[in-house]
Amino acid sequence: MNDLRSILTEQVDRLIGDAGGIALLRQIEAGEWPAELWAGLEAQGLALALVPEAAGGVGLSWGDAAAIWQVLGRHGAPAPIAETMLAGALLASAGIEVPEGPLGLACGSAAVPYGRHVARIVLLEGNTVALHEPGEIRPAGNVGREPRDAVMPGPRIARALLPNEFGPRAGLLGRALIRSAVIAGALERVLALTVDWANTRKQFGRPIGKFQAVQQQLAAMAGEVAAVSVAVGQAARAADAHGLSGAAFEIGCAKVVAGEAATLGAATAHQVFAAIGITEEHELHHFTRRLWSWREEGGTERFWAAEIGRAALSRGGANLWPDLTARDPQGSN
Amino acid sequence: MRFDLPDTPPDSEALRAELRAFLSEAGRNWSPGTRARSWMGFNRGFSRQVGERGWIGMTWPKKYGGHERSSLERIVVLEEMLAVGAPVGAHWIGDRQSGPLILRLGTEEQRLRILPGIARGELAFCIGLSEPDAGSDLAALRTKAERDSNGWVLNGRKIWTTFAHKSDYMIALVRTSPAPEGGSRHAGLSQFLVDLTLPGITIRPIRDLAGEDSFNEVTFDDVKLRPDDLLGQEGAGWAQATSELGFERSGPDRYLSSFPALSTGIDALNAAPQPGAEVTIGRMVARLATLRGMSLSVGGMLERGESPQVEAALVKDAGNLFEQALPEHLRNLLDPGDASPELREMLGVLAQLAPTFSLRGGTREILRGIIARDLGLR
Repeated sequence: MNDLRSILTEQVDRLIGDAGGIALLRQIEAGEWPAELWAGLEAQGLALALVPEAAGGVGLSWGDAAAIWQVLGRHGAPAPIAETMLAGALLASAGIEVPEGPLGLACGSAAVPYGRHVARIVLLEGNTVALHEPGEIRPAGNVGREPRDAVMPGPRIARALLPNEFGPRAGLLGRALIRSAVIAGALERVLALTVDWANTRKQFGRPIGKFQAVQQQLAAMAGEVAAVSVAVGQAARAADAHGLSGAAFEIGCAKVVAGEAATLGAATAHQVFAAIGITEEHELHHFTRRLWSWREEGGTERFWAAEIGRAALSRGGANLWPDLTARDPQGSN
Repeated sequence: MRFDLPDTPPDSEALRAELRAFLSEAGRNWSPGTRARSWMGFNRGFSRQVGERGWIGMTWPKKYGGHERSSLERIVVLEEMLAVGAPVGAHWIGDRQSGPLILRLGTEEQRLRILPGIARGELAFCIGLSEPDAGSDLAALRTKAERDSNGWVLNGRKIWTTFAHKSDYMIALVRTSPAPEGGSRHAGLSQFLVDLTLPGITIRPIRDLAGEDSFNEVTFDDVKLRPDDLLGQEGAGWAQATSELGFERSGPDRYLSSFPALSTGIDALNAAPQPGAEVTIGRMVARLATLRGMSLSVGGMLERGESPQVEAALVKDAGNLFEQALPEHLRNLLDPGDASPELREMLGVLAQLAPTFSLRGGTREILRGIIARDLGLR
């Protein structure tokens, strides 16, 4: 990780950590808007992080963004900052001035994260992007009890074409990358919580983490956590090299691996925590419920695997390996 | 634990093209069973051809027969060999493990004597670790070398030694002094470079469940070793033998062992399409791409001189899960009547071979124990 990236991620980590932890997640699940955290995120310039410097933004790469989203996930992603960053990038690339405030991404039938709280709606249809005032809102939530609202677009403020590098599925690809990255972070958190618990909880006269049966499960989980992180890193790097549209394969891979890892990670954590882990009082479920929800958002494992599999089948067995290596970054060193 | 994003070597596409042309010619007559055996296929003629191309000992200095190329270029070669299931067994251990160990710890005489032969694809190596009462608990080994006036006398027994019956040398880990009372059992172990043609060595192949001779029992009965058959430092054998594990456990041979069945399976599915197959295939490809990234990441760390032992254990565990699951996924997609004869042959071989994937080079349980220790659980 480069220096700039580690400074950024540390800043974000501190900022969200200071803003309230589990108490904040509970407030969000109760329908409150994380006003203080949002103000801090905006003050750090994160809302415009993916907007090019020429357009008044910070001009971060997808790799930087994914690293920030991973940190966000470690804290349960308690604000729609990732969606706002993505929406800002799309607006700016189409030459539309990025408005202040949280932005809601609306594409297809997908619910809008924090829709009831957003200042503007960014509507994606194919390769057009449009900025709208929010219209009628039907509040809803996911299993993580995060706001996932149906938002009708209100009056249109601007509309433009996206550049080719975003392709006709920029919203889906961006959301898949966001969800993969926040899953990676949330899984890191769940693993740390679970290891800590295994070292604390005593049964049969010793910490349960001293039992090989528990150690073996947590080691397998650590493998999955590492896998998601690598898959997300590869996806973001591909997006930097080829644009979101050109990174569909890597982003799809990341979402497949993230979804599978979320399933195993949440199951393992609950197995090790046992009864205490399923109580309302405990912090674990704020992360595991989000993991279960995030699997479904930005395309499921099944959705992306089908796309990857169809391509592999149509290319034939002899091309499978050459196609994979042909995607390696070239001339980077 | 840390996985930096992998680098790729410059001009690797040119090297890959060269390898693919060579392998398509060399592999014209390989049976599906040979491809499914992959690096468990032992073919000295093929290894000599690979050596002639300069693809063994690639990173070693030229004066030892090497080619002074980067370790990532070497990974390109390994990947391409494994992707087509080339029978690389005769040079695999020498290139991956024994050669690098000799290069790092051997005397100049040992390097000059041994390394050029490995690089030419002529000298085959086996690894003398397991014993009848020392498997995962390797430090329980009892084979011993005792000093005499001319050097060392070796007595004991190694078992499950892959390809010992076809190899020229074994690097054996043996006890050269008793473990100190109440001290670490890792002390007092040393490594020897054992010429398998020496008198007193009996190699008995152990037929495996597939009906093949792949592993062996090797008995040492007063085998006379010269002083310069000692490899590295007397008493430092444990550290020496475990120092190469990052290389041994993170390479593409830890996740690609059954890969040829995936390409063959894709063709079989195109000939006999099955509903929903694309989801299973896509899940496998996504895993494959991710494991490759993880393996290359560790490769990059090794190239920079780091020692990513835990990361390597993790790659091996995750890779073994993948290469074991792959043939089972294909079975779930295609009934035998729908599978091509090629795929049926591969799946037959892999069903019998796959249990070894998570045994060889450190069992799943040992690897997960290493990971658990790093997590702070042990």
